[in-house]
Amino acid sequence: MHAPVVSTGRDLRLDLFRGIALWLIFLDHIPSNLVAWGTLRNYGFSDATEIFVFVSGYTAAFVYGKEMRERGFIIAGARILRRTWQIYVAHVFLFAIYLAEISYVATSFENPLYAEEMNILDFLKQPDVTIIQALLLKFKPSNMDVLPLYIILLLLFPPTLWLLQFRSTLALGASVLLYVLTWEFNWNMPSYPSGHWYFNPFAWQLLFVFGAWCALGGAQRLSTVLQSPVTVSIAIAYLVFAFVISLTWYVPGLGQYVPHWLEEVIYPIDKVNLDVLRFAHFLALAVVTVKFVPRDWPFLKSRWAWPAIVCGQHSLEIFCLGVFLSFAAHFAMVEVSGAFWMQLLVSAVGILIMIAAACLIRWYKVAEGRSPGSRSMKTPDADLAGGEA
Amino acid sequence: MKTPVVSALAGLSLALGLLAGAAAAAEPCEVPNYLWFGNNDLKHVAEAVKKDKRLTIAVVGTGSSILAGPDGPPSAYPARLEAALKQKLPSVAVKVVTLVRTRMTAQDLAQGMGKLLIDEKPDLVIWQTGTLDAIRRIEPDDFRAALDEGVETLHRGGADVILMNMQYSPRTDIMIGLGPYADNMRVVAQQHEVPLFDRLAIMRHWSDTGAFDLYAAGKDNVLAHRVHDCIGRSIASMIIDAAHLRPADLKVGQ
Repeated sequence: MHAPVVSTGRDLRLDLFRGIALWLIFLDHIPSNLVAWGTLRNYGFSDATEIFVFVSGYTAAFVYGKEMRERGFIIAGARILRRTWQIYVAHVFLFAIYLAEISYVATSFENPLYAEEMNILDFLKQPDVTIIQALLLKFKPSNMDVLPLYIILLLLFPPTLWLLQFRSTLALGASVLLYVLTWEFNWNMPSYPSGHWYFNPFAWQLLFVFGAWCALGGAQRLSTVLQSPVTVSIAIAYLVFAFVISLTWYVPGLGQYVPHWLEEVIYPIDKVNLDVLRFAHFLALAVVTVKFVPRDWPFLKSRWAWPAIVCGQHSLEIFCLGVFLSFAAHFAMVEVSGAFWMQLLVSAVGILIMIAAACLIRWYKVAEGRSPGSRSMKTPDADLAGGEA
Repeated sequence: MKTPVVSALAGLSLALGLLAGAAAAAEPCEVPNYLWFGNNDLKHVAEAVKKDKRLTIAVVGTGSSILAGPDGPPSAYPARLEAALKQKLPSVAVKVVTLVRTRMTAQDLAQGMGKLLIDEKPDLVIWQTGTLDAIRRIEPDDFRAALDEGVETLHRGGADVILMNMQYSPRTDIMIGLGPYADNMRVVAQQHEVPLFDRLAIMRHWSDTGAFDLYAAGKDNVLAHRVHDCIGRSIASMIIDAAHLRPADLKVGQ
C-alpha cells in the first residue's frame, strides 16, 4: 500500500468508508431496528462514529491544508468557518424537524402505560428557554449530538491546521495531551437541562486531529509500522478480543466466562469520552483495512462501490438526510407497522434515498461548475472536495 | 443451567428477527431464559421465607410503577406481584409496599433508601429507575454513582435488591436515548451481584413476539393492565428462582 500523500488525488477508500459509516449511522439511529444488528457497533467496541470523525478530520486537512498552503491562512480559515456555519444551519434545521415530530407525538399519544415517558414533553413547557439553549448547542435531543461535535471541531480547526502544517508532531502531541488532561480532570462542555455533551469535544478531538495528522503525511510516516506483520497480528488479535467481549453483551449466558478482574478493567467502555478501548479498536480496524484494502483496489472504481463513495463525498448533506430519514423511518414503523418486513423496507428505502440524494447533489455541482457565467471554479472536483471536508 | 450453545442460539434467534414469534403469542408472560439477567442469590428473601414465613418487599420507583385511575393501584405490577407471590407461597405472609414518586431521578430515589430501610424493614427492594434520568440526559457517570450509592445503602441495611430498568416504548424511543442508562444498570447489577429485571428487553420481546401491541397510541387501559400483570408475575418468578424457593422446601419447613 502506498500511504496517502498530500500531493496526490483523493483516496477513494476514505469516501467509501465514510459512505458506509453514514449508512450505518442511519441504521443505528432507527430505534427497534433489527437490521441494525448487522452494524459495526455490535461486533466490537467502536462504531461508525469513529470512522466518520476520523475521515472528516482526514478530508478537512486534505482539502483545507492544500488551500492554506496555496492561498494562506486567512482564506483557508475563512472557508473553514463558512463550512462551520453551514453545519450549524443544518443542525438547526434538524432540530426543527425533531420539534415537529415530538409535537405530533405530544398530541396523539395517550397510552396510559407510558405516562412517565411523556415527561419528554416537559421541555415544550418552556419553549423560550429550550429553543435558545438549542441554538447555543446546549440542548441536544437524542441522536442529534454528532453535528455539534463537528461544529466545535471545525470552529477550532484553522489554528489547529496551521500548527499541523508546520509543527505536526507538536500538534498531535498537544491533542493527545488535551485528551489525557480531559480524562484526568473530567473536562466537558455543559448541556441543558443537565449533564454534559454526549460526544465530549475535548476527547473526540483526538480522533479528528489524528485523522488530519494522517492526511498531512502522518500516514506515510507510519506506513512501515502499519505494514509490519507484528502490528497487523496485534490488531487482528484485538479485534477478535473485542468481538468476543461484545458477544457477551447480547448472549448474557456468556457473561459468566469473563473474569471479574477483566470486567473491572474494561467497563464501562465510555463513549462520551472516547474510551481508549474504542480508540484502539478503531486503530485496529484501520490497520487491518489499510493492510487488506489497497488504495488501487479495482473494486473502488466499480459500480458496486460507487453508491457508498458518492454518499461519502457529500457527507454533510447525507448525514443530515440520514438523521431526518431515521425520524421518518421511525414514524413509518410507529404508524404503519413495526414488523420485521417493515424494518427491512425502511432500512433499504432509506439507504436508496441517501444514494439518490447524493447523486442529485453531485449532479447540481457538476451542472453549476459547467454553467456559463457562474463563479469560476477551479475544477468541479476541487469544489466537490472543498465542499465536503 | 443453560449452556452457552443454547444461549448463543437463543441470541441468534433474536438477531434473526423472531420470525416465528407468533407462536409465542399464546403465552404472553413467557420470558425466555436468555433474558434473565444475572443468576445471583436473594439470601435475605430465602431466609425470611424459610425461617420467618413472611416476606416484605418494597417497590421503589417512578411513574412507570403505577397506573392512573381508580382501578390503577390494584392493576399495577406491585399489586400483581403481591398477588402472584401469595398464590405461589400460600404459607408465607407476603407484603408488597410501594414507594413511588413521579419525576424522580435515580439520585433522588437513592437518597430515600436509608429512610425506607428504617420505615419498612424490607427483605427485598425492587428499585425501578432510569427513565427520567434518560429523559433529562443526566450525566451517565452520575447516574451510575447514584445506583451504586443506593444499592450499597440497601445492602448495608440487610436488604436484597432487584434493579428494574426502563420500559420498552417504541413510540418514544427515538426521542429518549436509553442506551447508556440501560448499560450502566447492567454494569451496576453485575458489580454488586444483584439481579436485574431487564424490563426493557422483556417488553421488547413481548412486542416482537406479538404478545402485546406496544405501538398502540390510544387510551387502552386493558393493555396497560395486562402488561403490568405480566410484569408482576414475571418478577414473582424471578424472586422464587433467585431465592431458590421450591414448594418442596417450604413444606419441609412447615
